[in-house]
Amino acid sequence: MTTAPMELFAGTPRNARDHRVEWLVRTLLGMMTALLIVPVVIVLALLVVRGGSAISWEFLTTPPVDGMTAGGILPALVGTVWLVAVALVASVPVGVAAAVYLSEYAPDNWLTRSINLAIINLAGVPSIVHALFGVGAFVLFFRFGTSILAASLTLAVMTLPVVIVSTRESLQAVPRAFREACWNMGATRWQTIRRIVLPNAVSGILTGIILEVSRTSGETAPIMFTGAAFFLPFLPQGVLDQTMAMSLHLFVIATQVPDAPDALPFGVALVLISMVLAMNALSIGFRIYVRGRKKW
Amino acid sequence: MVAGIAPNGAEASADAPPKVVVQNLTIRYGSHVALHGLDLSVRRNEILGIIGPAGSGKTSFLRALNRMDEFIPEMEVEGRITFDGRDIRRVRNVYALRSRIGVVFPLPVGLPLTVYENVALAPRLRGVRKGSELDEIVERCLRRAALWEEVKDRLDSLGSLLSGGQQQRLTIARALSQEPDLLLLDEFSIAVDPVTTMRIEDVLKELKHEMSIVLVTNLVQQARRLADRTAFFLTGEHVETSDTARIFSGIVKDPRTHDYIEGRFG
Amino acid sequence: MTRDALARSRDFDRRGAAWYMDRAVTLFVFVGGISAILFIVGIFAFIAREGFGFVFTEFDAGEFFGSIAWRPTSMIERTYGALALIVGTASITGLAMVVSIPFSLAAAVFIGEFARGRTRETLKVLVELLAAIPSVVWGFIGLSIMNPLIIDTFGVPIGLNVLNAGVILGLMAAPIMTTIAEDALKAVPDGYREAAEALGATRWQVIRKVVIPAARNGLVAAVLLGVGRGFGETMVVLMASGHAINLPDSVFDSVRALTATIAAELGETAVGSEHYQALFTLGILLFAVTFAINLTADVIVRGIRRKGR
Repeated sequence: MTTAPMELFAGTPRNARDHRVEWLVRTLLGMMTALLIVPVVIVLALLVVRGGSAISWEFLTTPPVDGMTAGGILPALVGTVWLVAVALVASVPVGVAAAVYLSEYAPDNWLTRSINLAIINLAGVPSIVHALFGVGAFVLFFRFGTSILAASLTLAVMTLPVVIVSTRESLQAVPRAFREACWNMGATRWQTIRRIVLPNAVSGILTGIILEVSRTSGETAPIMFTGAAFFLPFLPQGVLDQTMAMSLHLFVIATQVPDAPDALPFGVALVLISMVLAMNALSIGFRIYVRGRKKW
Repeated sequence: MVAGIAPNGAEASADAPPKVVVQNLTIRYGSHVALHGLDLSVRRNEILGIIGPAGSGKTSFLRALNRMDEFIPEMEVEGRITFDGRDIRRVRNVYALRSRIGVVFPLPVGLPLTVYENVALAPRLRGVRKGSELDEIVERCLRRAALWEEVKDRLDSLGSLLSGGQQQRLTIARALSQEPDLLLLDEFSIAVDPVTTMRIEDVLKELKHEMSIVLVTNLVQQARRLADRTAFFLTGEHVETSDTARIFSGIVKDPRTHDYIEGRFG
Repeated sequence: MTRDALARSRDFDRRGAAWYMDRAVTLFVFVGGISAILFIVGIFAFIAREGFGFVFTEFDAGEFFGSIAWRPTSMIERTYGALALIVGTASITGLAMVVSIPFSLAAAVFIGEFARGRTRETLKVLVELLAAIPSVVWGFIGLSIMNPLIIDTFGVPIGLNVLNAGVILGLMAAPIMTTIAEDALKAVPDGYREAAEALGATRWQVIRKVVIPAARNGLVAAVLLGVGRGFGETMVVLMASGHAINLPDSVFDSVRALTATIAAELGETAVGSEHYQALFTLGILLFAVTFAINLTADVIVRGIRRKGR
């Protein structure tokens, strides 16, 4: 494995056989890549075909009726917006602070390594374990009850790594020479961060936040027992209310409402995935746009 | 103390207390010793030239003066440096110290701000808010750095997208905008064309009436043209410091200085 | 000189607003950084707090790991055998990896080493979008599209089984594994490739003999993180696996997973009851296993970084 390339390739000029193998491998790998993507595209197309008929202005703006076999999805849509908004308010400041610490302050020591390991684990712990944490911590210990607040905080902890990682990346993309030039002028670390680093990283941070919105709005397990309800005919009035949510609504319609017309769950799935993918595409597009703008 | 401060326009004076006094300064990067046991002072209103081949510790010396070891990993500084009689290790507000020392390094750094904001940054940090005052500082500093004529119509374009030579002059303008009383220049002419170099050299001759200047240069003739005194560093050792006129007329304490000036090595 | 040097040197001792602001921000961001550790410790502490009541009383390791009888609500004799749940999780994750490892590694090599320019960018964006599809939508796809498909294709009575959940989970984990694996390939210095190509090797020879061996640790980490991802997934296995307590004989058998059990039963238990605590005990198990997987992956990745230096 560690043999020097010299020996590996000595006396192997490019011949016709090598080129055939090359072509074959390339085609095979290309086909496998396609097999990964094409079925999903077909499935998404199926969602559109089978769910498209359910979607109308009324579908988006009225609550479910008749035991959720008819009507719209308004409370679920509004609920998801609530959950995402509160989760962002909680996680963005903490996440950005953590990223600033890791990028601008953290020395290379055991504490920093522990923080990085903790971030990897926050992202890797199963969502249902986050749900258990949410129940144990926010619902019971802090006595928020099953509420938007408890559910959003659970989501916030879970998606914290998304904000941290993307913010840290965009902070580190700002060349160190700019910081040193600033420090040399007598600027404090914070003055340097505020005037030079953050303004040049803000688009990257925004990209990360949009990504977090996308992730948060699709999560189901963490909110099942912390604040999302199967059915509520009214809209939430505050953060201590329970709420419906798009993701849980899809689960409920698909598994608990057997006599719902076929197009209904497909319609809910279509709306949910459109929200998530639109956010994601926005984040990707924004990233490409920012990359194209040269500032140094 | 007050009596010792050179009045405006005074030439470098050996009588006044020096601006900077360095005693037994040793600088290490890990196990590598970059500068060993340096004793040197920078007088008021003088240009102190520092010459020496690459790797002789000139840049490390400038870094230590601005306490840059705080953000350069591995860099360790021993010894004592005083600035206006104050031990720079013991100042309670290192930012106030740095704000009085302007530094220009060989690689120009235009900050990703507009040309105007590049130069207005230091005044803003020290609390200048009035637009007219800022305008005045920006224009004065850009003029002194011989950049005003080229950028006066595009003060709103990004400083980080100027050409290398322009960025270097922008860096000088930024250092001047700090209103420093010590200016550190490290091979500033590397990224600048000869004509502009001459213009900046003229500015430096004027500036020394207002501040002390330490000029690290790889061009022996630049030291000869500008410096009041010249120090010669060699592989971390401070070989000697003497009046520029003496050194360049061959009156040296150490034959290696003479060899270097004559271009026999380095 | 406009300002008196002596007056200015007094600033050296004066810590102004900027100095204190800097201190405050330093403290604030430090707390932010530490919070990640606090949260991960908090997660363990809170699930342990709810689950340890069971662990130290009813818990019987022999029964928990050796029996398939998960009967937390039985009137006659409550038993907490998690073997079937563990096997269910393992079989689904195993099949998912069989599906996703070859495909995602192939895709990583194709995107990272063969594809160029616009094709490459498009594929990367597509993979990223696939990774964003919510798990509940994947579960719904298993339930409503894969289920009838399996019944029709294989003539089996029920399509919610290991095959369904495994394939869906595989499709779901693949984009993430592809992305991480591609990063690992990208981390191999171009100099290696150029050196080998200069000796007349074809691209595939370079990949097989130089790039993949050099990226091996990163690729292993990618697979591990994929395993962790599959292991901890909840909604797909809840909706597509059939949710039947069963040791599967074939991929057409329904099974039940650890995560799905918690999701399905937690809502029906009384806070603090034995059943409730048992579910938190499953949570402790899940936490411990994923923590171990992530730790291992991290150690492996760190290994290559150190060697790279």
